[in-house]
Amino acid sequence: MHIVVLVKPVPDPASGGERLGADGRLDRASAPAVVNGNCEYALEAALKLAAASEGSEVTLLSMAPASAPETLRKALAMGATRGIHVTDPVLAGTCAVSTARVLAAALKPLTFDLVLAGVDTSDGLGGTVPAAVAAHLGLPLLSYASRIEPDEAAGTVRVRRISATGYDLLEAPMPAVISCTQALGEPRYPSLKGIMAARSKEIATRSLADLGIDPSTVGGAVATTTLIDSRTPPARGATEVVRGSPAEGAARIVEFLAQRRII
Amino acid sequence: MGELWVVGEPGADGGLARLSAEVATLARDLGAQGGRRVAGVVVAAEPEMIATELARYLPTILAIAEPAAVEHAWSAIAAARVAGLLEEHASEPPDVILVGAGSDGRDFAGALSALTGLGVLTSATAVAWTDSGPAVEMSPFGGKLLTTCGFTGGRGIVTVRPSVADAVPGDTTGVVETRQASGPALPPVRVIERTSEAGAAAPIEEAKIIVAGGRGVGGPDGFGLVGELASELDGAVGATRAAVDSGWIGYSQQIGQTGKIVKPDLYLALGISGAIQHKVGMQTAGSIVAVNRDPDAPIAEFADLLVVGDLFEVGAALLEQLRARSG
Repeated sequence: MHIVVLVKPVPDPASGGERLGADGRLDRASAPAVVNGNCEYALEAALKLAAASEGSEVTLLSMAPASAPETLRKALAMGATRGIHVTDPVLAGTCAVSTARVLAAALKPLTFDLVLAGVDTSDGLGGTVPAAVAAHLGLPLLSYASRIEPDEAAGTVRVRRISATGYDLLEAPMPAVISCTQALGEPRYPSLKGIMAARSKEIATRSLADLGIDPSTVGGAVATTTLIDSRTPPARGATEVVRGSPAEGAARIVEFLAQRRII
Repeated sequence: MGELWVVGEPGADGGLARLSAEVATLARDLGAQGGRRVAGVVVAAEPEMIATELARYLPTILAIAEPAAVEHAWSAIAAARVAGLLEEHASEPPDVILVGAGSDGRDFAGALSALTGLGVLTSATAVAWTDSGPAVEMSPFGGKLLTTCGFTGGRGIVTVRPSVADAVPGDTTGVVETRQASGPALPPVRVIERTSEAGAAAPIEEAKIIVAGGRGVGGPDGFGLVGELASELDGAVGATRAAVDSGWIGYSQQIGQTGKIVKPDLYLALGISGAIQHKVGMQTAGSIVAVNRDPDAPIAEFADLLVVGDLFEVGAALLEQLRARSG
């Protein structure tokens, strides 16, 4: 199996320090970069699928600023075979339309059975890129995967998809694009051996020119969306703390709910 | 001036998804603000029922029958048909296409964006109309920021979170027009089986009241009390990642960064510490009430009411008092 995992460095959601710079773009100095949570689930799923099929390879693909290899190394340390880093100054401030086009262009020359991506990223929570990449490549999208079962002999893959109210069992021919959820299982911690090995793993850099994309057609200058305004959300009011017997606590909750006309 | 289109999604019962009714109401308000016509678009194997329901909210519904939607995933089929409809309307395209920000809506928006090159503004928490088109409020970085964005070319796709608007039918019932749309094709994905989980009759994002349990609930049995409180309050059961990872409850109930984002009127948090990964999924709830043994848990910083105590003792007392109240 050849699996490509789309990996996005995001500001660490646990840092709490994310902010926008004067240009309306993420101030990357405001929070340390980590691999997006749902991308880690995708990578873990890919590594498990690869381990189950001899001769498998897992390639990481990331469109990110020049500083990204540091974050990619962490993902390589989990066990991926190699990384491809698409970077170009033109791509700063890019919108989701360009992102999907560039990722699809980077995937096109590769040989793969599956492309795995996180269902969304913790920075913007947009969740449209996997479907857009699949549409660009003309590949089936099996989304919100909680289980992935490829049948290499038949050349098909089945995915248990988390739907709004339960599960769908999906099937499509490979190659296919799969968007991945946490339900696939906890990502492994890199072993010391993995961290050592990652140092010498290949991270190939690709520019827009390498991908055959005219730089005037993608990136911040031609973004389809624009920031009008940003602000810090209003803080919630002060917290009322109730101590006392369970019955007293419960009574205060009932009273509170009635005051707010919830019951 | 371009129209606004609302994509009506099929709900769990085969009718219109409630989220689509909310989006339709929002779009009708935007249309009134901007002096734009608003139309609904329905793509389904048998679109009549969904289209008729959507017509309660919007003046015109374009209904496209797509037999393949029976056995195949909705989003790719719907995106291709709507892209076809856009080609037919190329001389007078809609300015904004709105769809719910659930799993189907996000897949749809991504595919349609790729097929058309239209920009996407995602997970809107509010939308207003301005002279240059829609002003879409979003809350990136897990709600640490509020941003307002627009489309540079004035046109694009907006995905809308649940509970941004209350679903309110219009004054008159709309007209359903049957359309055929050819256009591009995306590879179909076969649906072999659809399973609804017990207790998940409605998606948790649609619940007005959520009673959620965390690590403090202690095990699957502990969710019995959570469920009883939820049912007494006519609400849904939610959970933290710790509770889901422990196998106490299904992933579809998980709220937070890698789960669902919810905005109920009431969020009752039992044994939930309120770590940032959970907070981002529920911090915009109308009211947050927490029961926690630890008065210094992070949730003490953003709950409206924190009852310090054992969740089982307080929860049982609460259940008793609620039952006595409803008599």
